[in-house]
Amino acid sequence: MSNATLSGKRPSTLRAASLPKWFSWAVAAASVALGLGVSAALGLESSIQWALIAGVLFVAGTFGIAARVEGKRQAKDRVATSVVWVAFLLAVAPLASLVWETVSRGVKVLDMYFLTHSMGVVADTEPGGGIYHAILGTLEQVGLATLISVPIGVLTAIYLVEYGRGKLAKAVTFFVDVMTGVPSIVAGLFILSTWILILDMGPSGFAGAMALTILMLPVVVRSTEEMLKLVPNELREASLALGVPKWRTILKVVLPTAIGGITTGVMLAVARIAGETAPVLLLVWGSNFINTNPFSDPQASLPMYIYLQYANSGGSGAAYDRAWAAALTLIAFIMILNLAARGIARWKAPKSGR
Amino acid sequence: MAKRIDVSGLNAYYGSFRAIEDISMTVEPRTVTAFIGPSGCGKSTFLRTLNRMHEVTPGGRVEGKVMLDDEDLYGAGVDPVSVRREVGMVFQRPNPFPTMSIYDNVAAGLKLVGSKKKSEMDDVVEKSLKGANLWNEVKDRLGKPGSGLSGGQQQRLCIARAIAVEPNVLLMDEPCSALDPISTLAIEDLIGELKERFTIVIVTHNMQQAARVSDRTAFFNLAAVGQPGKLIEIDDTERIFSNPSVQATEDYISGRFG
Repeated sequence: MSNATLSGKRPSTLRAASLPKWFSWAVAAASVALGLGVSAALGLESSIQWALIAGVLFVAGTFGIAARVEGKRQAKDRVATSVVWVAFLLAVAPLASLVWETVSRGVKVLDMYFLTHSMGVVADTEPGGGIYHAILGTLEQVGLATLISVPIGVLTAIYLVEYGRGKLAKAVTFFVDVMTGVPSIVAGLFILSTWILILDMGPSGFAGAMALTILMLPVVVRSTEEMLKLVPNELREASLALGVPKWRTILKVVLPTAIGGITTGVMLAVARIAGETAPVLLLVWGSNFINTNPFSDPQASLPMYIYLQYANSGGSGAAYDRAWAAALTLIAFIMILNLAARGIARWKAPKSGR
Repeated sequence: MAKRIDVSGLNAYYGSFRAIEDISMTVEPRTVTAFIGPSGCGKSTFLRTLNRMHEVTPGGRVEGKVMLDDEDLYGAGVDPVSVRREVGMVFQRPNPFPTMSIYDNVAAGLKLVGSKKKSEMDDVVEKSLKGANLWNEVKDRLGKPGSGLSGGQQQRLCIARAIAVEPNVLLMDEPCSALDPISTLAIEDLIGELKERFTIVIVTHNMQQAARVSDRTAFFNLAAVGQPGKLIEIDDTERIFSNPSVQATEDYISGRFG
């Protein structure tokens, strides 16, 4: 008896009833329509409410229909998939709306003039002026903080991964974890009390950079540590077995292998501190004029500019527009940094091509 | 070039656990010595004590003497880095440096240790790749990453990297266990050529391989799990495989083990 006749006579145990491919889309469309209908009928106004109703309907509807047609196991699989989709949309919706809002309000005054002029001769309520001084301040303060914290952070991580054993390493790890949780205002107050109040230095970009360093350091240490741990031990042993000293092994084999991940970690840390307002407010004070020297006198910075424009505007439309445009610039700045980091990570990643 | 290794009363520990106990043996220059024995009997650990790689493992500790000609590797003031330049090593899994090209992988030992002129470096790279029977396969793509080669080619690249620094002794820790029979044959042929210049010690789980490539064979065993591994006997390969003096060796080789 051949297989063909066998399979012709018996029902297949491998094939079962299955829903068509457009099933998920149909359920999604139906639940959105239902969600809109229900909220219109009940007179709900918020768009969040109909979206939540639609989300619940989508998951429940998928399960109900799939359980009936395909069976329980397939229904569970479909529910897991649909929950992932709903969660994804819930997470992306606020981000998309935030970017949309910032772009649509920010482009009004964002042009070359805005990027290359300061607020020196413009009152807060008047139109005109720009953010050149704030961009300069942010670049200098973040740049200084990066210059201080990257060497210290990377070296600390190298110590923890390659050398650290016993109590000192445990203590360092513990304090790095504690530092991760320090609120930015506390970092600002610490520098304020030591640098400005005790040592009697004036407010400056450098003082702000020191507070930003406190915030950046633990992020750099943590991410670098994780990246160094990912480097296979075999590579270290291969290098040591060639008679290469340990420090050169770390410098020439371990660090190059991990450099892509380390760069990404540093860029994420930069993105985190670039938006800090509290320590800058305490230590750099802000200014409407261009101050290129970060080591003396108050400076401006983008997050503080946004805050001050909003706070001092007195309901004026011009200041509101400038605040939005500055926010858009800050987001764009961080996005460019992230793209650059990805580029570097891809460029430096271990190659596998033939 | 090739040097004699003379081990006496060697114990190796992982923390407080003794992994190998009281090993004494002599490895003659310009020969291939194979280590065989069941898993966990301390072959690899012993191999790693021969170029002071054992102490790289956290908690790793060694007692006893390893004489390389007339110098004790564990003597006072001996720099493990210089030991590893004299005694090279090839690992079980091919591990070329992923960030480096084929050329840089072979030159890694020289570049990372000291500087040489470009023309000298070219010569060394060509000589080492020829020595590892890899030159013809890679000469047109020396600038490509080493991780793009096949497993067998990668392992020969690692051998080229190890012999580029001109060690006296070459240790191989199951160099063929991740490779197919064809690549294994290539490496075994290579071992036959390399023993003209180096003292070679190879750990293997493949008894036929030990019989094919080695001049002398050492059999290691352990009394029970958790007990330290011991050297049972070392003799000419022919004798070990035809007429060993210890019953346990015969049982292991003939498959009547355990």
